Amino acid sequence: MNAASPLIQISGLTKSYQGKQVIRDLDLTILDGEFLTLLGPSGCGKTTVLRILAGFEGVDCGTISLDGHELLAQPAERRPVNTVFQSYALFPHMSVWDNIAFGLRMKKVPVAEIKARVDALLETVQLSHLAQRMPNQLSGGQQQRVAIARAVVNKPRLLLLDEPLSALDYKLRKQMQVELKKIQRQLGITFVFVTHDQEEALSMSDRVAVMQEGRIVQLGTPRSIYEEPATLFVARFVGESNVFDATLVSRIDERHARVALEGDECTIDDGGRFSPGDRFHVMLRPEDLRIGEMTNGQLPEGLRGTVVERNYKGATLESIIRLANGTEVIASEFFDEDDPSFDHSLGQQVAVTWVPSWEVVLPYEQ
Amino acid sequence: MSNDRLFRQLSIGLISGWLIVFVLLPNLMVLLVSVLTHDPERLVQFTFSLDSYRRLFDPLYARVVWDSLLLAATATLLCLLMAYPFARAIVALPRSWRPVALFLLILPFWTNSLIRTYALKNVLGAKGLVNQGLMAVGIIDEPLQLLFTEVAVVLGLVYILLPFMVFPIYASIDKLDLRLLEAAKDLGANALQRFIRVELPLTKPGIIAGSLLVFLPAMGMFYVSDLLGGAKHILVGNLIQTQFLKVRDWPFGAAASVTLTVLMGLMLLAYWRASRAIGRKGGELDD
Amino acid sequence: MINNKQPLMWLPRVLVMLGVFLFLYVPLLLLIVNSFNANRYGFQWDGFSWQWYLKLFNNEGLKVAAGHSLVVAMLASTVSVLIGSLTAVALFRYQFRGKQVLQSGLFVVMMTPDIVMAIALLALFATIGIKLGFISLLLAHITFCLPFVVASVYARLRGFDHNIIDAARDLGATDAVIFRRILVPLAMPAIIGGWLLAFTLSLDDVIVSSFVTGPGYEILPLRIQSMVRVGVSPEVNALATLLLAGSLLLVTLSQWLTWRAGRARPQSV
Repeated sequence: MNAASPLIQISGLTKSYQGKQVIRDLDLTILDGEFLTLLGPSGCGKTTVLRILAGFEGVDCGTISLDGHELLAQPAERRPVNTVFQSYALFPHMSVWDNIAFGLRMKKVPVAEIKARVDALLETVQLSHLAQRMPNQLSGGQQQRVAIARAVVNKPRLLLLDEPLSALDYKLRKQMQVELKKIQRQLGITFVFVTHDQEEALSMSDRVAVMQEGRIVQLGTPRSIYEEPATLFVARFVGESNVFDATLVSRIDERHARVALEGDECTIDDGGRFSPGDRFHVMLRPEDLRIGEMTNGQLPEGLRGTVVERNYKGATLESIIRLANGTEVIASEFFDEDDPSFDHSLGQQVAVTWVPSWEVVLPYEQ
Repeated sequence: MSNDRLFRQLSIGLISGWLIVFVLLPNLMVLLVSVLTHDPERLVQFTFSLDSYRRLFDPLYARVVWDSLLLAATATLLCLLMAYPFARAIVALPRSWRPVALFLLILPFWTNSLIRTYALKNVLGAKGLVNQGLMAVGIIDEPLQLLFTEVAVVLGLVYILLPFMVFPIYASIDKLDLRLLEAAKDLGANALQRFIRVELPLTKPGIIAGSLLVFLPAMGMFYVSDLLGGAKHILVGNLIQTQFLKVRDWPFGAAASVTLTVLMGLMLLAYWRASRAIGRKGGELDD
Repeated sequence: MINNKQPLMWLPRVLVMLGVFLFLYVPLLLLIVNSFNANRYGFQWDGFSWQWYLKLFNNEGLKVAAGHSLVVAMLASTVSVLIGSLTAVALFRYQFRGKQVLQSGLFVVMMTPDIVMAIALLALFATIGIKLGFISLLLAHITFCLPFVVASVYARLRGFDHNIIDAARDLGATDAVIFRRILVPLAMPAIIGGWLLAFTLSLDDVIVSSFVTGPGYEILPLRIQSMVRVGVSPEVNALATLLLAGSLLLVTLSQWLTWRAGRARPQSV
């Protein structure tokens, strides 16, 4: 991958429908050869960004350049950008082969070359034996592959994928995720992938852009998005999370402070951002929490509560603990059959703790 | 891009222009004529008058209008009573058989409707199949006077218009989510309750659409009443035809037609409201 | 609704179907039988005869009227298919101001009783001075066929994923190519169906035609009307049989064409 060289530069993009702003002053740089995912809930504007890149929608203001050339002036049919549609949008009156050849025919590529390229790509997506079938004779997964093949055969600089896996069942979706990633690596095409499925986003992408109400609220690697969410929204949208209200009581040193957290007091690493009396949030992932049981009639220091529910999740055991002030906390632990204290019982008094400095401190929001 | 604009403007302009010239304009003319005065010499005289409308309420004509409404309503009801169970029976058929049943339904519709009316006339005559059959079985001794009665006209209207009732009802029953009926059953509704409280309300747009497609044309089918009802003024259609083509009292004929149009407007309104009520788009050229 | 567990549940359905089909077909079958009956009145079978068909072929006026009807029906259905298909494509492809009005307008025209349309057109032709005859007849027939063609083609296009147009543009297709290679092939079965529907509507029309045609241009339904009004006319039986056979042929042909073009069925969602 030719890292760090930008392919697309979007700046100041704004778009509204019927007076309602769907994209607000959006800036984004897409690197050449990367797999970038736009992640967000429905209505956050992610599909609109894709449709603007493809050329199906105009913009109110802003610029987009591809390799330094202005993209917005070109109509969709002349952009070196192709799309894989959520509904696949295969031409129902053309065979698989003709569907894939369509784009090359439009560009008046010589017949021999069309044949070579289509056949080669059919090989890549393992559909050679179905070349003469009609789209309605294919399964969902096969249609999906034809849709991808039809787009990538044109060797676009940028491939846009609009929730392409959402119509597939769980197992096939997992399989296609791997396959898409493989195709992307093989062809070296830049992918912009749109999804509302955070798991999909985390597992496939080089970088993830989390969108909220027409803006990008965080851009980074899947790991940084998950481990260091920038806002409460990102923390809640990506992965499961426990978010606590906290008030700083007193500073211990430059990094650490004592805080009042859901009725208990504990030590937090806030990096020295807050002063006594400040309010903020502390976010902890369920898998980062530990459940401490009573030893010698004494609970370890932490958030005290009772176990109210236990859910078996296969590899993990999920416990819901109700704290004294009523807040419920989800903790998920891996099985450790040798640990006698592992099997907490309902109604048991426990204390929730975590490894120091694994907590994420977020600014206060309503 | 400019080709696109041209194509777009051409296609929209063509249809809009056609509808304005051949639908909107002529109907406005009829509206205008209906408030003018009859002139034996020059067809119409440009004097404003509501006389034509007043005459529609004159006992002589009001009777025709009323009878015509009744006949059309009876035919519509009969069509509905035949079409609903028939449409249900088609839906109950295996999926691959349905097109065959629908095809058999429209096949007669592909022949000329005048010829079909004539065919019915032969069946209803004094020596027609119905009378001969009834006499052979011994139910009657003398042939019944069927032809040239209002019964014959109603039968003729049903005969010609039945498919128009079946199709919309079939479509709405076909679209009906069977799970809703199962849900109703699960909640303790018996067959009659399921029909009245679930199936009927949900197929109402189909029923109204079918009724529109039968009722409105029925009032105008002067040739059916000509052939089967004898030379009487039975339908508004006969009235309008006579006024326009024979008496040449255009304002009066136009007033009758405007009345019919207003009636259509009211019924369309009811249809739109019924379709909107159950969340389907009505009035969008649905099949 | 489908409940095969209860015995005899199917019996009422079968009876309903049988009843309706008997009602529809017995009068027509009688007509067909009588077209070969030597007896003029058809009350009893007097032996097989071709005489009514022979009489039919010697009826010059009828042949002229039939010719007129065919010409008008061909032209009216062709023109309405051209305008109607363009309209349907525009409705499918574009969002424009007045789209709702246009759709409602077409729907209202479809629902308008023939008699109302007939006198409106008569008023128009009389005012702008178009002589009643071929031209007025053709314009009127195109007008009442149009909404049916639009409905048939538009309904088919709406069955397809709207994204296929974006997909084609995305792959470099210009608007002309999208029209020629995507929309027309997809709509073809409905275009054929719309043409046939328009053709039958035109051939069948009595009400509008009787208002807007003149004495110089007689057409088949009006000729039939004058024949059957007089009384029993066995030639009409023969004519009915021929028309029935003709439409059966036409329908079979259209089914075959639809089947051939129908390989591209709308994708099931």
